[in-house]
Amino acid sequence: MNTRTISVLVENHSGTLSRISGLFASRGYNIASLTVGETEDPSISRMTIVVEGDSAIIEQVVKQLNKLIDVIKVIDFEGCSIIEREFILVRVDSTKSSRHEIIELADLFGAKVAYVGATSITFELSAPCETVSDFIDLIKPYGVKELIRTGKVAMAQTKK
Amino acid sequence: MKKKGAEILVDALTKEGVDVLFGYPGGQAIPIFDALYDAKNINTVLVRHEQGAAHAAEGYARATGKVGVCIATSGPGATNLITGIADAYLDSIPMVAITGQVSTPYLGTDAFQEADMVGISRPVTKHNFLVKDIKDLPAILKQAFYIARSGRPGPVLVDLPSDISRGYLDNYEYPAEISMRSYKPTLMGHPRQIEKAAELIKSAKKPLVYAGGGVISSGAHAELFELATKLNAPVTLTLMGLGAFPGEHDLFIGMPGMHGSKTANTAFQNADVIISVGARFDDRVTGHVASFAPNAKIIHLDIDPAAISKIVRVDVPVVGDAKNILTALNKVVEPRSRNEWNAQIDSWKNGKLFTYKSSNDVIKPQYVIEQLYELTKNTDILIATEVGQHQMFAAQYYKFARPRMFLSSGGLGTMGFGLPAAMGASLGMKRKPVVNIAGDGSIQMNIQELATISINRIPVKVLILNNEYLGMVRQWQELFWNRRYSATCLRGSNLCGDCTSPENCGKGYVPDFVKLAESYAIPGFRTSKVSEVVDVLKKGLAVDGPSLMEFMTATEENVYPMVPAGKSLDDAMEEA
Repeated sequence: MNTRTISVLVENHSGTLSRISGLFASRGYNIASLTVGETEDPSISRMTIVVEGDSAIIEQVVKQLNKLIDVIKVIDFEGCSIIEREFILVRVDSTKSSRHEIIELADLFGAKVAYVGATSITFELSAPCETVSDFIDLIKPYGVKELIRTGKVAMAQTKK
Repeated sequence: MKKKGAEILVDALTKEGVDVLFGYPGGQAIPIFDALYDAKNINTVLVRHEQGAAHAAEGYARATGKVGVCIATSGPGATNLITGIADAYLDSIPMVAITGQVSTPYLGTDAFQEADMVGISRPVTKHNFLVKDIKDLPAILKQAFYIARSGRPGPVLVDLPSDISRGYLDNYEYPAEISMRSYKPTLMGHPRQIEKAAELIKSAKKPLVYAGGGVISSGAHAELFELATKLNAPVTLTLMGLGAFPGEHDLFIGMPGMHGSKTANTAFQNADVIISVGARFDDRVTGHVASFAPNAKIIHLDIDPAAISKIVRVDVPVVGDAKNILTALNKVVEPRSRNEWNAQIDSWKNGKLFTYKSSNDVIKPQYVIEQLYELTKNTDILIATEVGQHQMFAAQYYKFARPRMFLSSGGLGTMGFGLPAAMGASLGMKRKPVVNIAGDGSIQMNIQELATISINRIPVKVLILNNEYLGMVRQWQELFWNRRYSATCLRGSNLCGDCTSPENCGKGYVPDFVKLAESYAIPGFRTSKVSEVVDVLKKGLAVDGPSLMEFMTATEENVYPMVPAGKSLDDAMEEA
């Protein structure tokens, strides 16, 4: 499935998130991930949404989002250079013997140790989504006990 | 100035030009109605069901072009408005719905008569508000009216907890201006796009103007007329657009689509350039999309960018208000003379857009509409409809001369719309007579409003085409479901089998609409004779105030032509 990353600037009041998610639900669009948080202007929140669908669907998604009264601006990142990151916390099984190997592997990805327990290690990693996915694939064989992905956040390399 | 929440509401309504509103009180709405009690310039009409209030507000808005207002209490009162709100949403009708709500400390506690109205109404409103702080109330009301009437109009709901309507605001002032960074509708068409449209029109050998409700909400009928006559282009109007171009005009070729004229549908399939103005290529218009208008380049004028290329691929989109765009387009478009295309259109039309088999024995519903038209064409009346066969007959056989004279539920197709809409329209238009063309099924869906109409002496003329069936569904069952009339016969019961044994057919029809009307102190007339149709119409129309006319019509008449759902416009069925 094709995905596309869009950024939505919205009025930061209650109910806005339900308007956005409701629009996706009622029109049958699929969200791969959605993150939301305050921006440099506290009255504005910014959502990064990864949408599944072909370009005709994405075009409708963007138009329908623009129609919502609380939406200030929709930025479609298609065809422009972006900085994108995703943050994860992942708890991996570890024994005395495997600990060193796992930490070495994590190091290659720039993942940091967030907590070390007797039988597991928890890593934190902030990286481009693909790197995050690669890291998860490689540590899976050691036994992933718990994984949290925040979903993608993205901005254009220069202000759009 | 110190003011109570409910008084702020009334002041806002007054400043927004509301002269009539439709409502039904209840616990959490008492403060609002208490304030309305003193509102000298607002006629608060007590309906008999909240759904009636919503449709009445719609009827008011459709007829006047102003924002219609309805008010209900929390919980069931508010949820009863929803169908009318959804109806307004799909037809882009400006409306503000005010709902009482439990007081803010009780929100979310499943309090008595609490319903999450912001949640329930979200998918069927243009926008909605829950007022949580009285300080926000003036701006919210200002925004509600602004959002409802601007851009692509639509319904806005304001949910008003009772502690807000009872509470006080110290320094009340109604905002004079409004500025919303997140809402700025595009009103002027882009000059380059308008040029492109004019160029494409210049190249057209077979142009077709296809216009819808957007022309009416924009007030662009005169500009549409100028464009069409300058181009000598045939004009087809959607159900929502009827009246935007004179129905008697030579260039008018009727409504397109499922029950559209053969001329209009054939014109779509043969046109080389389609100029769409304020219409949205609804599935009831296009039929099977892939085979729709195969030879045409499409110019789409619409105020809603999301309407463009939603259903069909558009060659030249122009986003903006229809009146503005058409004014600009008329300045640059070159006049076009009649050619073979016009001759072809005329030969398809052959003087008549719709035909039916007339009868001397049984009243044909189409005949009643034709006679109604003959009797009223030179009078200043409005026509409302319910939803079903009668609605299509009205759209086909009444020739609408003016915008805002035809009030019908297009997008949502709401049975029960017509009667309350008719009363709202009449009150909005200084008590102009409104004929509500109804089926015997639809009329029963909001029949309680006969009380509102009677008590307020609203000149609504209820015209029932009684075929003793839910006719449109019966028609589908006849044509596509092997005549299995499941749950569509209004005479029958589940005891009378499959309609093959007339002796088991239900005895007598209920209700007796004439007696029912009388019980509401409304004069009623009925006939089953062709020869009496005109006489009954005359009697009903002559009544000063409301009246009811019932015509016992052919029971199994079908609406033709008919393009079956999902089929191409080329595949219209005609009367056998």
